[in-house]
Amino acid sequence: MRRFTATVHGWLLLLPAMAFLALFTHWPALATLIDSFYSTPRARRRAVFIGFDNYHQLLNDPILWQALTNNLWFALGTIPVSIGLAILMAVWVNDRIAGRTLVRMAYFTPTVLPMIAVANIWLFFYTPQYGLLAQVLAPFGIASQNWLGSKDTALICVTIVAIWKEAGFFMIFYLAALQQIPPSLGEAASLEGASRWYFFRRVQFPLLMPTTLFVLVNAVINAFRTVDHIIVMTRGGPDNATSLLLFRIYELGFNFWDTGLASAMTVLLLVGLALVAFAQYAFLERRIHYR
Amino acid sequence: MKRREFLKGAAAAAGAATIAKPAIAQSTTEVTFFYPVAVGGPITKLIDTMAADFEKENPNIKIKPIYAGTYQETILKLITAHKSGTPPVTSVALSTDMFTLIDEDAIVPFDEMISSDDDKTWLKSFFPAFMENSQTEGKTWGAPFQRSTVVLYWNKDLFKEAGLDPDKAPQNWAEQLAFAQKLTKRDTSGNTTQWGIQVPSTGFPYWLFQGFSTQAGAILMNQQGNRTFFDKPEVAEALAYWVDLSRKHKVHPPGIVDWGTTPKDFFEKKTAMMWTTTGNLTNVRKNAPFPFGVAMLPAGKRRGSPTGGGNFYLSKKATKAQQQAAFKFARWATSPERAAQWCLDTGYIAVRKDAFDTPALKKYVADFPQAAVARDQLEFAVAELSTHENQRVTKALNDGLQAALTGTKEPAPAMKESQAEAERILARYR
Repeated sequence: MRRFTATVHGWLLLLPAMAFLALFTHWPALATLIDSFYSTPRARRRAVFIGFDNYHQLLNDPILWQALTNNLWFALGTIPVSIGLAILMAVWVNDRIAGRTLVRMAYFTPTVLPMIAVANIWLFFYTPQYGLLAQVLAPFGIASQNWLGSKDTALICVTIVAIWKEAGFFMIFYLAALQQIPPSLGEAASLEGASRWYFFRRVQFPLLMPTTLFVLVNAVINAFRTVDHIIVMTRGGPDNATSLLLFRIYELGFNFWDTGLASAMTVLLLVGLALVAFAQYAFLERRIHYR
Repeated sequence: MKRREFLKGAAAAAGAATIAKPAIAQSTTEVTFFYPVAVGGPITKLIDTMAADFEKENPNIKIKPIYAGTYQETILKLITAHKSGTPPVTSVALSTDMFTLIDEDAIVPFDEMISSDDDKTWLKSFFPAFMENSQTEGKTWGAPFQRSTVVLYWNKDLFKEAGLDPDKAPQNWAEQLAFAQKLTKRDTSGNTTQWGIQVPSTGFPYWLFQGFSTQAGAILMNQQGNRTFFDKPEVAEALAYWVDLSRKHKVHPPGIVDWGTTPKDFFEKKTAMMWTTTGNLTNVRKNAPFPFGVAMLPAGKRRGSPTGGGNFYLSKKATKAQQQAAFKFARWATSPERAAQWCLDTGYIAVRKDAFDTPALKKYVADFPQAAVARDQLEFAVAELSTHENQRVTKALNDGLQAALTGTKEPAPAMKESQAEAERILARYR
């Protein structure tokens, strides 16, 4: 009897959080899945069941494929670089250097700023002729480039913004993990005469692997989730050169009001991300040393 | 079925929470009013004052302005609110959203509100150019409120430096190119330090392009909004002129030029001429550190510019009393005196001719003749591109324009592709 009351008690405590989770996460996800099999309702035409038509139409949409390619390049650009930078910065500010707190804060600042503000700042960095980049490059005789206005450079430019924004955030996780590593390991290594690099490669990096997995999963999700700066800086242009998957979903759903098509694309993206996350856990989990 | 009802209920609850309705006394009608501006700007104060002034004259009507962000965000919120069942009674949204709002069955035509001869005169008082984007199927769906056109701004100092008459703007395409060539400066290593002309192409390149296409003698769509003519030779010719300014003659920055930074480029003397909206007039007047001129866009085969900006709309889901009250408000806000005041405060064009006969506006134009240029250009203005599934069709055109401007496609084939995409979208609206 007492056990039963405890169970009820437990569930009651969980209920508010569960209700909100169900209302704002599980239900919309399910509704999206259902909507993706229906046509978009218009004022004078109700939604009808159309099976896989939305998906079929999506796969024939060249802009979807371009957004996918762009997104893969964007992910390939942001994930390794921002993780690498994060480790480098964390190791650097973990040491006893002068003005350590200041440097840590400086690295973390981009994370605190809202992405919209960041994008607006970078918009002026990239401005041709009198933008920061143009002014820095001018003394070296490099002509002013229209960075965001050219199909060749626009995607790289928005990738750099994302790296700049994310590296500081990941650094915090690495910094916390580095401080968990017992100092005795470092002392032992220096007694044995291990070089700085050897110590990092053989001791610190393996011990950081659980953090790396966590950060990697987050980085992958972020690569498919951050579009604020696209909206501010390029609106997907020029000619879809910076259109990412989520931006395309936004465009379909809230510019074109084609909710059926947008739902179908959301489902595709969700399935894709879930597969990637599973794969990451399945492959990396086994190679990680948890203490 | 259940699912939909559940959604409706949830949305209605959310709507009721955001637009909290106090108990309304029987005699007052409350009119919620979406206005496209970010909360906290100077414009919100103007709108608040406007609402208060109106309430003083009409004590039984309460106007509740809701600031809904950019035009894009406003139409998004408007349609979402409409779908959830509690839309604002009236709103100011882009005139080009007319077809979208009709297709969503979200608005009623103003014709239904017209009763007296006075009302009829009011409906006829607007500049005809503004009505092109406000009427279809023989009915008037929007009342012009804050409207603009594209004009050319030029830096008189730089004109003088280049040996041009500082008081004469280019009158036609040939002059525009010749002037721009004289105004472009390069340093010894061949890098451009000052461009002759700049026409922005981010966000809504189609709007500025409509300047070129109209001047080339092309009309981009029909009045029913279900057919576009992007593949006409005049359209490709207009695009080729724009592309050549940068790619061939190198007097215009290469690639895509940002809309937002173009006025700043002008202030920084990085460009000697720019095309942008009349809505920037107050901004330029305040921030340009040199004497500047404002002119109609140069003529190709003819002069031409699209109109732009926002109209009043009336919600279909509001009660008859609310619609009447909102109609009264829209009429009041577009009376000659009010339209003149709005023009003075913001730089938008007063939407009716007689507003320019008011003492206030007469004095303004006398002091600052640049303000009259946009009005005079209305004679040559055409409707802004607006069709069914407007966003989709304009995107088809925008993609083609950007492809040509960045050099990935030639103008003519780019426009053919845009037309094919627009055809595909619009076929079912015929």
